[in-house]
Formats: sequence, structure tokens, C-alpha cells
Amino acid sequence: MYTKLTNGIVYDPVHGINGEHRDIYIHDGHITRKPLGNAKICKTYDLKGKIIMAGAIDIHTHIGGGKVNIARMMLPEDHATDLVEKTELTRSGCGYAAPSTLTAGYRYAEMGYTACFEPAMLPSNARQTHMEMADTPMVDKGAYAMLGSDDFFLRMLASKKDQAAISDYVGWTINATQAMGIKVVNPGGISAFKFNQRKLDLDELNQYYGVSPRDIIKSLARAVTELGIPHPLHVHGCNLGVPGNLDTTLETIRAVDGMRMHLTHIQFHSYGTEGDKKFSSGAAEIAEAVNKNPNISIDVGQVLFGQTVTASGDSMLQYAGHWHAHPKKWVVMDIECDAGCGVVPFKYRDKNFVNALQWAIGLELFLLVDDPWRIFLTTDHPNGAPFTSYPHLIRLLMDRSFRNDMLASINKEAAAASTLASIDREYSLYDIAIMTRAAPAKSLGLKNRGHLGSGAVADITIYSNNKDKEKMFSKPDYVFKDGELIVRNGKIIKVVNGATHTLRPEYDNGIEKSLKRYFEDFQTVSLGNFKIDDDEIVEHGNGRIIVQPCM
Amino acid sequence: MKELSLDKTSNSAATITRDVPCPFCGILCDDLVIQNQGETLKILENGCPKAISAFETKLVATSPKINGTTASLDDAISAMSDILKNSRTPLISGLGTDAGGMRQVMHLADKTGGIVDHMHGDALTRNSLVLQDLGWITTSMTEIRNRADLIIFAGTDATKYPRFFERTIWNKKSMFKLKNEERQIVYIGNKLETKSGINPNGKRPSVLSCKTEQIGEVISSLHALVTGATLDVSKVAGIETKTLQSLADKMKAAKYGVIVWSPSELDFPHAELTIQNFCEIVKYLTRFTRFAGFSLSGNDGSTTANNVCAWQSGYPLRVNFNKGYPDYDAQRYSTRNALKNKEVDSLLWISSFSSNVNPPRASIPTIVLAKPDTKLNFKPDVFIPVSTPGVEHTGQLFRTDSVVSLPLKKLRESSCASVHSVLKQLIERI
Repeated sequence: MYTKLTNGIVYDPVHGINGEHRDIYIHDGHITRKPLGNAKICKTYDLKGKIIMAGAIDIHTHIGGGKVNIARMMLPEDHATDLVEKTELTRSGCGYAAPSTLTAGYRYAEMGYTACFEPAMLPSNARQTHMEMADTPMVDKGAYAMLGSDDFFLRMLASKKDQAAISDYVGWTINATQAMGIKVVNPGGISAFKFNQRKLDLDELNQYYGVSPRDIIKSLARAVTELGIPHPLHVHGCNLGVPGNLDTTLETIRAVDGMRMHLTHIQFHSYGTEGDKKFSSGAAEIAEAVNKNPNISIDVGQVLFGQTVTASGDSMLQYAGHWHAHPKKWVVMDIECDAGCGVVPFKYRDKNFVNALQWAIGLELFLLVDDPWRIFLTTDHPNGAPFTSYPHLIRLLMDRSFRNDMLASINKEAAAASTLASIDREYSLYDIAIMTRAAPAKSLGLKNRGHLGSGAVADITIYSNNKDKEKMFSKPDYVFKDGELIVRNGKIIKVVNGATHTLRPEYDNGIEKSLKRYFEDFQTVSLGNFKIDDDEIVEHGNGRIIVQPCM
Repeated sequence: MKELSLDKTSNSAATITRDVPCPFCGILCDDLVIQNQGETLKILENGCPKAISAFETKLVATSPKINGTTASLDDAISAMSDILKNSRTPLISGLGTDAGGMRQVMHLADKTGGIVDHMHGDALTRNSLVLQDLGWITTSMTEIRNRADLIIFAGTDATKYPRFFERTIWNKKSMFKLKNEERQIVYIGNKLETKSGINPNGKRPSVLSCKTEQIGEVISSLHALVTGATLDVSKVAGIETKTLQSLADKMKAAKYGVIVWSPSELDFPHAELTIQNFCEIVKYLTRFTRFAGFSLSGNDGSTTANNVCAWQSGYPLRVNFNKGYPDYDAQRYSTRNALKNKEVDSLLWISSFSSNVNPPRASIPTIVLAKPDTKLNFKPDVFIPVSTPGVEHTGQLFRTDSVVSLPLKKLRESSCASVHSVLKQLIERI
């Protein structure tokens, strides 16, 4: 039972294949070598002139968990103009910036994505995150557990516990919450906000614990390395959105001293203070630092114009940003001495100087960072824009004249303050295949995804080449998930569930003794009930766990 | 209803389960120790009266019934499916179930074009309207437990959540060395039971008495005072202005203040405006210090139902799927209004935690999925006894803070199917 994809043009950067005619064979959900002569080919797709890539992977998208659900509940006006009717195959739903889980899964698949990673799973909210991900069909899922403002970690760091114990705690957290990585958000700042601190720079101390964001990042990055977690520490740095945070970001890169680190939605952390408005682009300096430091990867968090909602674990800076809420309503929540969140609706306006410059800074970063293996395409959905705007963003990267037309339409001062007009670079299809497939898979340690070689899971997307790249990437001709055809002509033809990717790093379970006592003394749930069993993820028949190996 | 004790053998070995989460109120205490002997449960540790009465109820053997006549589960599901297939707009309400049951409810509503609402929908809606209008700053139980130095109970005394004080306020230890005597408790409202608010060292809480409907006025006055304004009256809602001034000063001096309300206990027209008053004074105080709101609710799985509804449909509860897409209207699609305005032509009522709630009476075909010991005051077209999440099957339930959810345990066998399983079979037949 083989399926053959023939005559297509393949972009498979993992194997250095850059737009070559190759036949691809699918057998039992995987890509295989050409079968022997007598093997039966059940179905052949003639893909003459069509582009074949692995299924796309979103490394940072807020698709599930408490803050997203708060955004959904808070914003009926977001949904009212974006209603999705049920069909014979698919369930109804709604939402533009904060879509319902089922709708999000369908839309991702219809755009050629086959895996999505929720970047901010609070350990205390992990169960909800997994329930929502299980109800997000079509795509594989995974989540990064958020640490760094949790009391247990901070008190370990404050009392100078040795790194091995901290790594055990991090390993325990990944296992207990069924995570794929570790994220830190405004390191120590979410905790500091609960003690009424309103800002926390890299070397400022959390007043209660006496530790700095620098200490936190270094310790967590080391733990991630020691545990062999494939994805580097996923860092949402200090001072998000604050003019001048460029220096903090550069100093954060220096702080890890060559250890691997992923700086997420770096656009929001690349601001200078030059010019009359004391707000300027730091993209050139950041890109230079990224280019020089091969241990650093980034995703951009591109801003695109329109209404959206910002949903973040960074309660401190979401509170600071609430004055700009549009419409004027917002939520901040302190959570379990573990973490927090803030949900602030926002409208990015192309005629507003700051918003227009944010747009330009994101694009500058994309175009000034040389190595597409270390920069991933994100809008920090929904914070910079909903994920449905990815095809538009791809066009901005691939089509200079389109980009310049857009640049001519934004706030004039912002356009003048940006170097964007002078940048000629256009991304190639090969670059796009790297940054949306090969590189995220590599960064996450997904060895049999993100490429089209023999043994890969047959998550495959096929497009008709079109000069208008927005059109091309909006509507793939075919999407295969685990070898099954799930989308044809940009519409779902089969509903599948997708799996949940997790890790099981090894750690000394002795840590659970201190955790048990800690939970009994201070928490409002017991340790045993905090942990998430495999059964909970699979029990309703819409989840499947894939344990990825550690390094 | 014929009651049979299923106590198979009185001398069978008892099994003891620790760390049992209790699904019978919104704070989900999860430290219960429960013994099962011959399918009879006994709470050995940490039971409150509510938990004891719910867990220790004997298993009752009942069968599904069609028009009052005993039927097989299979026939009852077929009868349900006939009703729902012939229904233009079913109302699926009660929704006393866990996340698994609620996932099926949403699927069923989508498939049949129904309306979903919870038996505590009024309370849920009071909060939702505030969230959707101006938003809020809220907190969760572990934060209160370790951090809150001023806790104001507005219109509630938390007695419906019997162990709230024990679990979140009067602690032996706190993360940040906050001592019990440093915690100040304040009550605002009418005839509140304030005994729980007495500090273990004997310090009594402050009590500001006023009518429940006047709490909003009191909070607005406090809001004026914390901004530095003066009040030109000597009393507000019967409370001396100087008492209010003293509370306003306490609020400004608090390091981490919390206002606790219970939306079901603010049961008067437009109580959402009172809740909004709480949230707005919290926001104002957060400009200078830290303050947060905390809603005590979530009984009968209401927080769970609201969350699952939101992630699957995009909207919180009171959604109508009749047009093929989710249509949200917190007033029009309330159980009361949907029945009164004849928007629905069948009713499916679900209550798997409480056996003492009766569905609203309506002259439309009615299906009831309820605990076997439910004493119905009418004969529904179809009755299916269901097992209880956290007692007779595993599951997940959200806590009142809407951020923590807990895994429910199965403690004993039941001959009844779960809501999830009944609805799943039903959906396959529609």
C-alpha cells in the first residue's frame, strides 16, 4: 500500500534539496525509499509544477491554556464577525485573534501546518493546556513549561542550592507537566510584580528572593543543557516592549556565555531610544549579535496591522501595557505562586508611529539575520497578529516590491526611521522551507519531522507555485498528516487528531521528597494531583503521546 | 424508587485512597482520605459536612426509565436520540458534569443545533459580563494562602465552601512568612456568618453590615475614599463614613489585598455592576499596591462547563448552535428565557454531582441524566441514572479560580454509565 507523489518540485533543506524534481513514496504513515518493483502503488498524485515541502511547524503559538481561554471569553466582538459554520466533517467555532480550539486546528491544517507548540504552559495550568490541545484537531501539539517566577525554583536559587538539584526540579517539571521544553518569561519579574515591583532589569534583584533575571536565565539554561532537552531554553526576556530594551537583550545574549538559548518574539525586545519620539529600531544590533553567536536562535513575533489580543505570562508588563488596551478592557491574573498572565486586546495601526516601526523592526530582523536555521517565522500568535496572517508575512519576506509598497503606506516618520527600504534581500522558497519546517523541527529535536527523507513521518504540504506568495501559502493543494490526505485545495477533507509530543528527561527523583513536603506546607493541591498522567491525555480518545528522545 | 444497598460483603477488605479531590464544591479540596468497603465510602480524614453527605451516600440501584417504565440503557439512549432527532432546538442545561462530559455536551449541541446553559448560569453570567465589559485583576487560591494580608468578603461568608478558610487563610505555614495574626479579615454584607473569620489567636474580623443590594454603593464609596476624595455624608448604606475611611486606609496600606465575592450569592438584578465595582477598585488600588479579586463559585462543575464551552465554541456559556455556528447571548439563551420564550422544543438536563436539584418544568419532551438517588418531582420522558465524576469514574474538574484543574479519582464501581459515555453513544446514533 504505497502512495506516490510524482513530478513535484521538492524543497527539503535537511537533505539539501533545493527545488529538485523528486518522487516521494508514502507507506504506513511514513516517507519511504522507492519500493521494490513488485510493490503495489495504490495512489499516485501527479504534482507537475507543484511545490512539495514537509508540513510546517509553528514553534511559538498561543493556542491553548488559561490565558487564551480568558481572551476567548473576554472578546465576543472578536468572534462575532468571524463565525465558522459546522460542516459534514468539521465542528463549528469562531474567532479571529482568539479562535476556538477546533477552529484553530482546522485553520492551521488548511494553511499547511502539521504541528504547533504552545510556548507558555504554566505548570499549575498544564492540565487545562493539555485538554485544550487535545481539542485542537489536525495538528501535532506540544508545550513548553514556564518556570522562573515559581516560588520553588526561586527559593532554591536564593538559597544557593546546587545546580544538580535545580536541574532535577526542571526535569521533574517536564515530566510532571508533559512538556516539550522550558520557557522563562520576564525571569523573576512575574513574581516581583506580586511583591509590587513594577520593572525588573537583567541585573535588578527580585526584592523577596534577592536573585536577578540573569541568575535565573543562567540556571535554567544550564538545567536545560544538563537534562539534554533538545530545544534550548525558550526566553521571553526582561523589559518586553520597553524602549531601550535592545541593551537588555544584547546583555542577555552575553549572559549565557555560549550556552544555547532561544530568544522568543525578539521583535518586542529590539527597541532603541533614539529620535524625537525616543523609540527606534535596534534590529541591526540585535541581528549582528545573533549572527555572531551561533548558540542563539530567535523567533520574530512579527507585528501585522489590525485588531488582535495580547495574551502573555508576563503579568508585570501586561499590566504596564493595559493603558493601551483596545477595546478598553483587560485581565491580569496572579497564579498559584507559580506564574501569572495578562490579556490585553490591542490594535496595531499602520499610521501610528510606534506600531508602524514595530512592523518594520520585525521585518528588518527577518532580513538582517543571515542564517534561516536560527530564525523562525512567528507572529507570537495572537500577540503580534493572528497566525492566519503567516501567508501575508511570507509574501513580505519573499517579495521586495510588495514589501516596499507596504512600507510606503505606513506612518511616514516610521518608514523614514527604518532601514527597510534599503534592504534588498528576498527569502527564497528554500529559506522559507528552512524557517518554517526544517529549522523548527531541528530546534525541537523532532528527528523524523520537518523533512522529506526516508523514515520521516509523512506530514507533507503541497502548493501550487504562484507569484503571489500570500495566495500560494494560504491555500495548499494537498496536506498529508501521518500519510493521510487531510486537506485538498485548502479545505479539510478528513479530520484527524494529531499527537502530543513530550519528553522524559532523566532526573534524580529524590527531588520529589522535598517537593512533597513543599506542596503539603504551601500549596492548595497535592503533589500527586499536580502531575499529569499519560492516561489523562489519551483517555478521551483524542490524544496520543509521542515521547521524543533527549540528547 | 427502589433502593438497594450494594454492600456486597461486609467483611471484604477495605481499600483506602488518599489525596482524593472532592468534586462537590468549587474549591476542590484534594486531601481527603476515603475508605471503600464493599462499595460503601467513608471519609476518614478531611471531610466537611458537604463532602461527607455526598461521598457517604449509599449507592442506589436504579435503571434507566422511559416514561417512568424501566428500560435498558440501550433503549433509553435510543429514546433520547429519537427526541433529539425530532427536536429543532434542544436545550441542554444543568451541565453538572466533568470536563469529559462537557466535551460531549458541546459536540452534541453542535450536532443537534442546541442551546447550552448551566444550572448556575446566572452566576457565571454575572462574572462574564464584567470580564467582557472592563475586565479584572484576579488571583488564585495558593496566592491567597501565602500572600493575602487583607481579605474582604463582599456579600459572602464562604460558608457554602466549608473549608475555604482552613485551606486558604488560616495556615500553619506560608511561603513568605506571613503570620495569621497579620491577616485582616473584613466582611461587607447582610447577616453574614463571620465566625470563620476569627483568627486562630482570637482576633475578630471587621464586619460592615449592609443590605446585599447596597454592597456596590459601599464599594463605590470606598473607591472614592481611596482616591483621596471625601464623602459629604455621615453614613453610606447604614455604615459610618469613618468606618469606611478606616477600611479605605487599610486597603491602601495592604501589601496584597483580595476582594472575595460569590456571584451566586449576589442574586439581585444587575448584580454584575456590583461585581464590576469590586473589580474597578481592585484595578485602582493596583496602581499603587497589589490587590486582586477572587470569585467563589464553581459548584456542580460550573467553572468546568464555562471553560470547556469557551475553548470549544469560542464563547462562555449560553451559546445557541441552531444556526450552524455558535451564537452567544447571555440573556436570551438562559435556561429561563429559552423556555419562557419557547426557543427550545426539548430539554436535556444533566446533574451528576447533586441529587437534590430538579430540572425546570417544561411542557416539552424532557430527558434527565442525573444521579440515581435524585428525587424527581415529575416523570421525564427519559431518565438515565449516571455515575458521579470523582466518585465512580475518573475525570477532570476546574477549581473556582478557573486556572487550576484537578484529576478526579474513581473510588468505587457503579452500574451507571458516565455522562461522557451516555452522550458519546447518543452522538453516534444521531
